[in-house]
Amino acid sequence: MSDELQDVISAVLVLTGAVMCLAAGIGVIRFPDVLSRLHAATKPQIFGLMAITADVAVNNFTVGTVTLVIAIVVFQALTAPVAAHMVSRAAYDSHRVRVDVLVIDELGTRPD
Amino acid sequence: MSTPKRRLTTFLNQVPLFLGLVLLWMLLWGAFSWLNVLTGILLAAVVSVGFYLPAVQLGLRLNPWFTLLYLARLGFDIVRGSLQVAALALSPRYTPSNAIVAVHLRTRSDFILTLTGVSTSIVPGAIVVDVDRVRSTLYLHVLNVHRPEQVERFRNGVLAEEHRIVMALGSREDVERLRQVSGEDRSEQNQRARDQHAREKRKRKGST
Repeated sequence: MSDELQDVISAVLVLTGAVMCLAAGIGVIRFPDVLSRLHAATKPQIFGLMAITADVAVNNFTVGTVTLVIAIVVFQALTAPVAAHMVSRAAYDSHRVRVDVLVIDELGTRPD
Repeated sequence: MSTPKRRLTTFLNQVPLFLGLVLLWMLLWGAFSWLNVLTGILLAAVVSVGFYLPAVQLGLRLNPWFTLLYLARLGFDIVRGSLQVAALALSPRYTPSNAIVAVHLRTRSDFILTLTGVSTSIVPGAIVVDVDRVRSTLYLHVLNVHRPEQVERFRNGVLAEEHRIVMALGSREDVERLRQVSGEDRSEQNQRARDQHAREKRKRKGST
């Protein structure tokens, strides 16, 4: 791989990761309640992490790095939703949800 | 089913998880060596016995083609979902409007239920607020929903996700169930849930 191409790939990946993490941070501040903020804290953040770890793998292309990067991404993808679920469930059960921004709440009216 | 056969199934159920633990141990070391394999097997045994949990019932079936399809779609969806949420966070005209949607899944397997929940949490869309294991129902919080059609589209998206996962690694019974439970039946049930929701909302408004 030529050096220039590698530089371009690195720049794109790092910038994508940085923008995603920035958007996640802004989302956490701007979104109105706990449940919406969790969206910001899980989704762009995973993509940002994927971009940055992919950059590490591209620049340091060894079996050890690549497998470790895969492990990092897989475990982040498996644990972030579970953590978000725990927080959202606690928030819902303790009524820390803004009901006025919900167009429909099928959990509040579920059959017992 | 005879007892030895059942014991064999239980044993086969454990093997992929056990191998996964050994693989993880080697991943953490970042290198393959026989010493790593040996310590990995030892540690995996200690972990499975020491932190004992009821065994998850895997389907013991894996379709490589559908698994590849599922993973490719998952990767694409992660990118799409992240971009959507990022765009929403940065959009100057953002008005909050969310929904909590109940999705009745067709599977009866804890494993598929969990995978679907995790998958829908990282792709466009949702956060699992609550799980009804007996009814195989996920209660999902969805961002940026303004109209009822969007709720329906989202519900179909989750069911499609479940379909992909079951085709990739669900058990034979799950694949059968997927065929039997027609889409019509489901939408009828969803319609009933919606009607009830509307009724209760009216009741609440009437009482205040």
